[in-house]
Amino acid sequence: MAGTALTRDVRVSGHGTVETPGARVVQVQKSLMRHNDAVAVANRAAFANCLVLNLVSSPGSGKTALLERTVRDLAGELRMAVVVGDLETDNDAVRIHAAGAPSVQIVTGTVCHLEAEMVARAVDQLDLDGLDVLVIENVGNLVCPASWDLGEDVRVTLLSVTEGEDKPLKYPRIFKDSHAIVINKVDIAQVVGFDRAQALANVHRVTPAAQVFELSARTGEGMAPWRAFLRERLATKRG
Amino acid sequence: MHEFGLAVSMVDLAVEAARKEGAERIEAIHVEIGALAGVVPEALEFAFGGAREGTMAAHARLEVTYLPAIAYCATCQSEFELDNRFGIAVCPRCDTPSADLRQGREMHVSHLEVT
Repeated sequence: MAGTALTRDVRVSGHGTVETPGARVVQVQKSLMRHNDAVAVANRAAFANCLVLNLVSSPGSGKTALLERTVRDLAGELRMAVVVGDLETDNDAVRIHAAGAPSVQIVTGTVCHLEAEMVARAVDQLDLDGLDVLVIENVGNLVCPASWDLGEDVRVTLLSVTEGEDKPLKYPRIFKDSHAIVINKVDIAQVVGFDRAQALANVHRVTPAAQVFELSARTGEGMAPWRAFLRERLATKRG
Repeated sequence: MHEFGLAVSMVDLAVEAARKEGAERIEAIHVEIGALAGVVPEALEFAFGGAREGTMAAHARLEVTYLPAIAYCATCQSEFELDNRFGIAVCPRCDTPSADLRQGREMHVSHLEVT
């Protein structure tokens, strides 16, 4: 096959070039994210027997509502727990707990995303062996969480119909790195003039391989394929 | 994005590697940053100015090489460079969106110049 490969070596200064007279070169080749990445690897090992989702969205898109509905719908079938990050309050953990799942609130203070280490500390409070699905509800933010691997199996980005069809184009990095996209609040799509075809086209352009779920966490419409996705990913992981 | 944290991590990595080599001073730190890493060059340089203070890299230059984002088109079986910095990877030959990003997220220290 006559595929072409672009050159990777585009370094301006040349690899190993010494520009300081009398200096010698020391190779490093280490990632600036190495600490987070090492903890993420350890998390992944600790999560060997349960499916772990990293759920991201902008604030107010309905992450917690989706989880409340999911926990209630799957009660008695899948054992779920939620780790939730917010800058302040434990309101979301209280809501998840009321829905019937163990939850741990991470209060990040001024930090705009979750890091692998915060998750490692939070899951210490959970019985991982007794779980089927662990959801890490990230801080509401479509920018920063994109760079931090938490040790999850599946990254899910949620957007709601009130946010505009071009959200994937404005925040492509986080959509690009997602395995699944949830479009929430479809029950009010018509009222807010949501252009479904345009939104789906934008999602596909940015992340062509992701599975897309259109649902309403409030009414329950469209939840069945989402539940099936969780079951299927869990079954795949457990082989 | 989080340039200060990255700058601190950069200096830590450099000092650790330089010490291991028995160096006295770090003259330059060479880093490679992918076009989609979300790192703003000016912010990284500014943060580096603070992060290097009081370390053996206090007078070091920061040499940043930006790596272009490269994706693979399964239809054309070839790689292409993204023509935007937003991560939207659509093949320029056949207009098919690609999910297979081969380069562009890197953030690493490649090498140092030490004395």
